[in-house]
Amino acid sequence: MTVFIIRRLLQSVLVVAVMTLLVFAGVYAIGNPVEILISQDATEAERAAAIARLGLDKSLPEQYLAFLGNLVKGDLGTSFVFGEPALQLVLQRFPATMELAICAMMMSIFIGVPLGLYAGLRPESIAGRTIMTGSIFGFSLPNFWQGLMLIMLFAVILQWLPAGGRGVRGEFLGIESSFFSWDGISHLILPAINLALFKTSLVIRLTRASVRETINLDYVKFARAKGLRPRRVIGLHVLKNIMIPLVTIIGLEFGSVIAFAVVTETVFAWPGMGKLIIDSIFQLDRPVIVAYLIVIVCLFITINLVVDILYAILDPRVRLADQKA
Amino acid sequence: MTLLSIENLKTHFFTKAGVVKSVDGVSFDLDRGEILGIVGESGSGKSVTGFSIMGLVDAPGRIAEGSIRFDGQNLVDLPEPQMRDLRGRRIAMIFQDPMMTLNPVLRVDTQMIEALRAHGRWSDDDARQRCRDVLGQVGIPSPEERLKSYPHQFSGGMRQRVAIAIALLHQPDLIIADEPTTALDVTIQAQILFEIQKLVAENNTAMIWVTHDLAVVAGLANRVAVMYAGRIVEMGTTDEVVNRPAHPYTAGLIGSAPSRNARGTRLTQIRGMAPLPMNLPTGCAFQPRCDHATGACAVSPDASTLEGDHLVRCHHPLVGAFDRGTAA
Ligand SMILES: Nc1ncnc2c1ncn2[C@@H]1O[C@H](COP(=O)(O)OP(=O)(O)OP(=O)(O)O)[C@@H](O)[C@H]1O
Ligand SMILES: [Mg+2]
Repeated sequence: MTVFIIRRLLQSVLVVAVMTLLVFAGVYAIGNPVEILISQDATEAERAAAIARLGLDKSLPEQYLAFLGNLVKGDLGTSFVFGEPALQLVLQRFPATMELAICAMMMSIFIGVPLGLYAGLRPESIAGRTIMTGSIFGFSLPNFWQGLMLIMLFAVILQWLPAGGRGVRGEFLGIESSFFSWDGISHLILPAINLALFKTSLVIRLTRASVRETINLDYVKFARAKGLRPRRVIGLHVLKNIMIPLVTIIGLEFGSVIAFAVVTETVFAWPGMGKLIIDSIFQLDRPVIVAYLIVIVCLFITINLVVDILYAILDPRVRLADQKA
Repeated sequence: MTLLSIENLKTHFFTKAGVVKSVDGVSFDLDRGEILGIVGESGSGKSVTGFSIMGLVDAPGRIAEGSIRFDGQNLVDLPEPQMRDLRGRRIAMIFQDPMMTLNPVLRVDTQMIEALRAHGRWSDDDARQRCRDVLGQVGIPSPEERLKSYPHQFSGGMRQRVAIAIALLHQPDLIIADEPTTALDVTIQAQILFEIQKLVAENNTAMIWVTHDLAVVAGLANRVAVMYAGRIVEMGTTDEVVNRPAHPYTAGLIGSAPSRNARGTRLTQIRGMAPLPMNLPTGCAFQPRCDHATGACAVSPDASTLEGDHLVRCHHPLVGAFDRGTAA
């Protein structure tokens, strides 16, 4: 177990190193941030001073080495645009995105698993077919369009919910979050639904497929042959087995929800990391881009680790020690 | 005393491609303490017969006709809660593939105790004690430790013993054993057969032993039923069926079993393939593969009785024609 985690962490360091190298080269190839950051009518001297201040007067390898040196000290550089530490900028936005992602993921689990279970147990029923047809819509309608339609319907026509922004946060046990105030929740609902729709469809289809596959297996029939009630056969024998693929996929999807949040955050003016990264890319604000990606990579690594551990808990046949990291 | 009486059972699968008549008019009686062997090729409807008795036929299949009387009750139209009460408690089933019967993600104790608690209140201590006792009975060493294991920590033979133990938990009146030893190697098979025979005799349990191996049945069953394409084509005492088979198909099965032949003689073989239940030939289903077939076989034969209870479904039964050892 410990060996497993250490091996994972070493791999992560490697991933971060490769990723930062790519981002440095990538941003360099796209263009020179100086052109965007410094006004057209600045003097030559002002220009040179600005370039020196941003550290852009050095060669790319030199810049990269300097970055690595600071990285070891925990310093990810200062934003070209805001003049604030890049990591701090990203982390400030981190809770907003996590709120959205957790809320969306919860929705897709608590809606998707029961619906998928139903559709898997009664595939021929009208409700079962309706669920599957519905999930195709969730899959195929473009995310941004779904978002706009949600705004049209619930914010503009019905005026039930606000169209965008994050609202006032509440405080509970010293934690500040949208979950703890009605205004916060009302701002959270639409973007969370928007983000959840695709994932819900995915969870429905995955659950249904796993149920269809499991339900015909001998051990389920044997459980019934013991005289168990359907609730126990489904709730324990089937569910515990389909949890194995579900946890894996949901875990991995959680990472992609955070990445997908970019579109939703833009549509709903949600002040999260996604919006920050879009703005930063437009302005070639390299330190922020790098900081964002490092945070995301760390997040993915943590999620994968948690998934692997859960996997080993759920499936007694898996042992972490034997697993190739 | 008759425990189970099946009358003209028809279990059909109504698939999109057509009706699969997996069981098509099966009738037999079973007394308490009696062991009936059901023999037949793959696809002849043995498992479906067993599942019909358990009330566990999967959609799109259902019992289309007939009755299954168990201790006076007709199981065919018994409401599900009552059927569930019988399952595991009075009728138990052991499945074909021991590797697939136990749930891989649940510990053995979970799977045994839930079977006990499906039919009444059991304290933790009593339940564990009962599980240990039964595991001991089926020959599992150090039951206490084994209870805490997961199925993958057991060998195939051990898993099948656990499945048998689960079937024995409530001392049922009837056990349906669906080829429980086919997947195991010969020595384990012999051990398990021996133990089951002992336990069944002790408890006066009736048993249906499904297999495609006549040799296994010969040493175990009181009576044998031979199934072909969803019907019983021959049934009688084990001695009658094995030593004086009347149906050409039974004779063919015996002729093709290595253990039944004198050394050095060639094994006979039933020509052709078992028919698909989707398109059975009209008349006798065995006719296309039969050496004795005549024009009369175009009409489906009724069951006729030879001496005693020896029943055969054939227009040209091989009365006395088959003498074992020389026929090959
Ligand atoms: N769910 C189902 N849908 C359609 N047909 C089925 C279904 N289950 C069983 N059958 C058909 O019923 C027939 C009898 O199957 P059954 O499992 O009883 O055979 P068996 O005698 O037990 O064979 P084996 O020795 O291989 O176990 C087979 O032809 C099979 O295709
Ligand atoms: Mg079978």
